[in-house]
Amino acid sequence: MHEFLQQVFSGLASGAVYASLALALVMIYRSTELVNFAQGEMAMFSTYIAWTLVNAGLPFWAAFVITLAVSFLGGMAIERVIVRPVENAPVFAAVVVCIGLLLIFNSLAGFLFTYTVQDFPSPFPDRPVLGALMTTRDLGVIAVTLVMLALLFAFFRFTTTGLAMRAAAQNPESARLCGIRVGRMLAIGWGLAALIGATAGIMVAPVLFLDPNMMSGVLLYAFAGALLGGITSPVGAVVGGLIVGVTENLVGTYLIATQLKLTVALALIIIVLVLRPNGLFGTAVVRRV
Amino acid sequence: MTKSVLALAADDIRAGRYAGLSIGAWRWLAAGGAVALAVALPFAASKYQVFELTMVMIYAIAVLGLNILTGYNGQISLGHGGFFAAGAYTTAILMQRYGVPYWATLPPAALVSFVLGVLFGLPALRFEGPYLALVTLAMAVAVPQFLKYFDTWTGGVQGINLIKVKPPSGIGLDHDRWLYFVVLVILVLAMRVAANLLHGRSGRALVAIRDHPIAAAAMGIPTARYKTLAFGTSTMFTGVAGALAAIVIGYVSPEGYSVFLSLSFLVGSAVGGIATIGGAIVGGLFIQFVPNLANDISDAAPWAVYGLAMLLFMYAMPRGVVGSLEPWLRRLSRRIRPHDAAMRK
Amino acid sequence: MAPILQLTALKAFYGQSEVLHGIDIAVEDGGMAVLLGANGAGKTTTLRAICGMVRCEGDIVFAGEPLQGRSTEAIANLGVAHVPEGRGTFIGLTVEENLRLGAYTRPAGRDANIERMYGYFPILAERRRQQAGALSGGQQQMLAIARALMMAPRLLVLDEPSFGLAPRVVEDIFTIVERIRKEERVSVLLVEQNATLALELADHAYLIETGYVVAAGTAKQLADDPQIRRSYLGY
Repeated sequence: MHEFLQQVFSGLASGAVYASLALALVMIYRSTELVNFAQGEMAMFSTYIAWTLVNAGLPFWAAFVITLAVSFLGGMAIERVIVRPVENAPVFAAVVVCIGLLLIFNSLAGFLFTYTVQDFPSPFPDRPVLGALMTTRDLGVIAVTLVMLALLFAFFRFTTTGLAMRAAAQNPESARLCGIRVGRMLAIGWGLAALIGATAGIMVAPVLFLDPNMMSGVLLYAFAGALLGGITSPVGAVVGGLIVGVTENLVGTYLIATQLKLTVALALIIIVLVLRPNGLFGTAVVRRV
Repeated sequence: MTKSVLALAADDIRAGRYAGLSIGAWRWLAAGGAVALAVALPFAASKYQVFELTMVMIYAIAVLGLNILTGYNGQISLGHGGFFAAGAYTTAILMQRYGVPYWATLPPAALVSFVLGVLFGLPALRFEGPYLALVTLAMAVAVPQFLKYFDTWTGGVQGINLIKVKPPSGIGLDHDRWLYFVVLVILVLAMRVAANLLHGRSGRALVAIRDHPIAAAAMGIPTARYKTLAFGTSTMFTGVAGALAAIVIGYVSPEGYSVFLSLSFLVGSAVGGIATIGGAIVGGLFIQFVPNLANDISDAAPWAVYGLAMLLFMYAMPRGVVGSLEPWLRRLSRRIRPHDAAMRK
Repeated sequence: MAPILQLTALKAFYGQSEVLHGIDIAVEDGGMAVLLGANGAGKTTTLRAICGMVRCEGDIVFAGEPLQGRSTEAIANLGVAHVPEGRGTFIGLTVEENLRLGAYTRPAGRDANIERMYGYFPILAERRRQQAGALSGGQQQMLAIARALMMAPRLLVLDEPSFGLAPRVVEDIFTIVERIRKEERVSVLLVEQNATLALELADHAYLIETGYVVAAGTAKQLADDPQIRRSYLGY
């Protein structure tokens, strides 16, 4: 029982990372109806930026904040320059652009930072706590994720810009009629998604170790989590991510060795989706004829 | 009053004649020219170039399979690398374990990938858009893992080496050129089959399902059956391509069928034009040659250049090369077949 | 006094097709003009052209400012509030959030303005925290108009506000629109299929058929015209 709970809590910690990346995916999907397959690589690249700053001597949290700011601006720039030309193009063009972006970031990271696996510092000591049910590091990851989610929730609920962004995502034409610059809202959305992704990358790097391919597995789990929760639901993204994290851990511990863990976890998720094709919290699109 | 040369030419074009020939005649000439070029090329090129061109055609068949599904049916698949692998391993196991001659492995490979596709298509019916993308992506992820896991059959990480194909004696072609022509014949056959499938009754049904699924069902089109069959046919094409690739390369291993391969097929499809048959060839050219070109441009970050190429192609031609050219070709031709126009979205 | 909105030789295009063939329309400052016509005549297209949502040629002058070539958001910022066909409410947001969005261009005094809207439409006050999608058609129409008014516009553009609504509800809405016009001093450009009601309220009227203005004059002149009476008023 003790081991079971341990695995659950540890799964929640990795689930928090998946939840963050899933939330980034959902944010972008809601505003542009596009799954950004490059989200993981963007997060990885941000993590390398943080790593560079820390190696240059900056204290961890200063590097963290600067990286978030740079990622936010970078995300906005990417929407403006790289994605906007294909936002109104056939969806396949946008998918290919995201795949291209994925390759560019992955390759650039390898080129700039080499493919050598690196250590990444964690601001949280790795000590067992709560009767060895969890470690302080896991708690730290969950705490950071919760704080970020709370801030995001407050931003969207209580600020004018947050409201304008929700409006622009739901009904861009009406939003324009209200004087909202929808293009700018989309850019902010991509900036926020990049910021969230950077957080996820920085939280997971101490565990996975930093290398250009660090985030590919995370992206897959995040994608699955986002769909499990319902690709249009932010709450669903978080819940889905957490469930995926716990499932992954339990499957890995009790069912099957590491190699097929990914396949089994995905299979389980797909079985759930067969029963609920729009995810747990997703809304079925009612199509009027 | 006599007309100027330009005015006469304009009259001609309005009447559908270009330099004295009708558009239909030009089509035959173009097709004939393409065939002649395809047949002559391997004799002008080096062995390695012939191998590369053969791979282009193999990728074209794979992308054609993806086009059947994605472009005409509107379903997005990120997992066709898995079906490519299924075909490849069927061939490899049959050849290496049971000594089946290479050409006899093609029907089983086709059957295996067709059945897998239908099995996959049945549950996939419930999913749309990003959900379907995930389900197919899971396939792409799972296949290499299964290949490594069931190593008694698949040779695991080591892979399987295939015996080199011997061209029939008396033809006077060497190994590379013989395989080039084998693949060429299959490619032409595949394009013919795809064209018949898609321009016939089934094709119209598929387009109806893609564009107006509710109306299609209301008209009595058995959407579930068509969608599943479309999936199976699509995977069959890609599976046959995989089998051919195994024969041509002479080696299979799980590493060669990663998610990246599935993504490459998707990119090739989009670059060529997702709802086109000719676009599959453009896609094959893209998949085979652009990574090499990227390597020439920058050997430090070749994939970055590859990714950049994808971006540039999509900015310039969001409907793909053939997809973007089509409106121009249609404007030239006044005698286009009516159902062609409906096919292109 | 110069009209607040003047359309001169306006042509509009959907892709390659020209759907408006050079129309002239004026809305007096403080007045109400109505565009009448059958489905597909080009009434909605005219409104969309004013708000920069359709490619067009010709002149659109609003309060002395040319509108052609400006983005929809910029035009909204200049003081044109457009309630589109189908109302365009944000159905996933609450009533109060919809109103807050209306204040995006005029944030000053937002809360006071919201209370004033609740004064015009008490039913919205009752449902302020409900999702807009749960409101009835009539209530959503009121919400859409209220949201447009939150922009403190000089010109209110209404596209078929009576669409799909019961007659009693339509009367209520038009009564409020008339009251608003007087109290808020807003000019109104109205597109309506319900010609009888519209001609009672409006000062000027234009009849549009397949992209041309075929009749123009005061509302009374058009209401008295026997041909228009037969075709559009039913008697």
